[in-house]
Amino acid sequence: MTKFAEIILNGLALGSVYALIALGFVVVFKASGVINFAHASLLLLGGFTVAKLHDDLGFALALLAAVLVTAAVAGLVEVLFIRGLGRTEVHTLTILTIGVDILLTTELTRRIGSDVLSLGDPWKAGVRDWGGVHIADARIACIVVAVLLIGAFFAAFRFTAWGLSMRAAAEDREAAALMGIRLGRIQFTAWCVAGALAAVAAVFLAAFPSAGLDRSTGQIALAAFPAAILGGMDSAAGALLGSLVVGLTAALMAGYQSDMSWLGANLGDVAPYVVMLLVLIWRPTGLLGSKERARV
Amino acid sequence: MESEALLVAGLEVVYGRSVRALRGVSLDVPANGVVAVLGANGAGKSTLLRAVSGTLSLHRGAVTTGTIHYGGTRLTGRDPALIVRAGVVQVPEGRRVFANLSVDENLQAGALGTRGLGQGKRAAAKTRTNRDRVFELFPVLAERRAQRAGLLSGGEQQMLAIGRALMAAPRLLLLDEPSLGLAPMMVGRIAGVIREIAAQGVAVLLVEQNVTVALDLADKAYVLDVGEVRLAGSSADLARTDEVRRLYLGEEEATGAGAAAVPTPPAPRKPLRRWVE
Repeated sequence: MTKFAEIILNGLALGSVYALIALGFVVVFKASGVINFAHASLLLLGGFTVAKLHDDLGFALALLAAVLVTAAVAGLVEVLFIRGLGRTEVHTLTILTIGVDILLTTELTRRIGSDVLSLGDPWKAGVRDWGGVHIADARIACIVVAVLLIGAFFAAFRFTAWGLSMRAAAEDREAAALMGIRLGRIQFTAWCVAGALAAVAAVFLAAFPSAGLDRSTGQIALAAFPAAILGGMDSAAGALLGSLVVGLTAALMAGYQSDMSWLGANLGDVAPYVVMLLVLIWRPTGLLGSKERARV
Repeated sequence: MESEALLVAGLEVVYGRSVRALRGVSLDVPANGVVAVLGANGAGKSTLLRAVSGTLSLHRGAVTTGTIHYGGTRLTGRDPALIVRAGVVQVPEGRRVFANLSVDENLQAGALGTRGLGQGKRAAAKTRTNRDRVFELFPVLAERRAQRAGLLSGGEQQMLAIGRALMAAPRLLLLDEPSLGLAPMMVGRIAGVIREIAAQGVAVLLVEQNVTVALDLADKAYVLDVGEVRLAGSSADLARTDEVRRLYLGEEEATGAGAAAVPTPPAPRKPLRRWVE
């Protein structure tokens, strides 16, 4: 039973990191129709910035700096490539983000090398013992921070003028433009928000029990991709749900792997994709995604 | 031109690199009253409105020559947001309400363009006043304010689309085929609303295929044909011309012979009367 409770808590922690990342995918997709494959490299950039700055600035300021840097770079990508290319097909732009990802990842990998960088987070390797249930401090912090950030995000999405512009523009760009909503500005802020969330996610991906940030941390972010897809690419609530499903599945698979040795090792890594495929067979637009509607 | 009039001069619009949708179109909409633009499918009516509202670029179109001025401000090539702020707001063809947002949110979205992101108390109060005016015009929207816009009927969606545009308190309202796809009774109601909006001092540029309705509402009308202004004049005159009657009012050629010169009573419009009522 304690093992089960541990696995669920770990799954929730994992799910909340994925949620931070998946929301980034969804926000960008809603605002610009582009699936941002450069998201993983932006996340790596966020983590790298914290790793480089925390000695001089302390963890909190380093994190703040990383959030700003990553948001700025994400915004720059939007200005240079997404808006800068004007009326290019979104598919072309999506492929372009793969190119951006390769460039940014290569540069960061060159700088990181084979090191495992510490982010200097305050939770260190602390582990809490709740009646036999062991959980890392970093994971509790992760759940708390994610709940706060995602709560703030949803509140902004629902109640502010920015959120309303975002939802209106996602639904009908032309009608939104006719209302005087500035599509360019909405798109830019969406990329910035996605970048900022990715930087926070990087911290928790690198925190205990992970050893730290290494050049492959960005790739872990790709597990959030099936989360966004299975939730429905254009639904923020779907991304949240999908992330929890993926996080819990991955944790359960990894936790009970020894009982399923006939399936081979590392099942936890494959599980998100299996779940995604099963969900998509059942519901092609994802759990909460909207159907493509065309009215004549 | 100090008054708030829309002046379009020698407008030429091209889609992509080669498709010329408008050539040498000139028209003007005075600060008051209703002006109609008539024409068949593909005549360039919607293109004209897109050029005015600045949304051509969303359709890979651009103004190549000619100018659009509103109350002395040059609108040609400007951002749609700026055009909305200048007081020119378009109701898109086919209603295009935000189906997943509530009626209330749709109306709020209509106010975003003039309000900006950092809103003060005064802006919020102005939005409320505008909303109350929209609810006065369309009581049914007040009843359904919490409902998702996608669940409204076609006519109610058209009301919402007009109400949403009115939230920006426009001085000039552009309407693209407001009667399209509506039941005859609803067409009559929307026409009544347009008349009321005009009576409140908002200028209206109305694009319509339903010529009977359009000529009934408008003081002045232009007929577009393959991207060019073919006819222009007061609605009463246009309703009498052979060409309009034959092409758009579905009358036999024989009955309209020589009608342009001799003023005829409005009786010949009988066959289509039922669309108005």
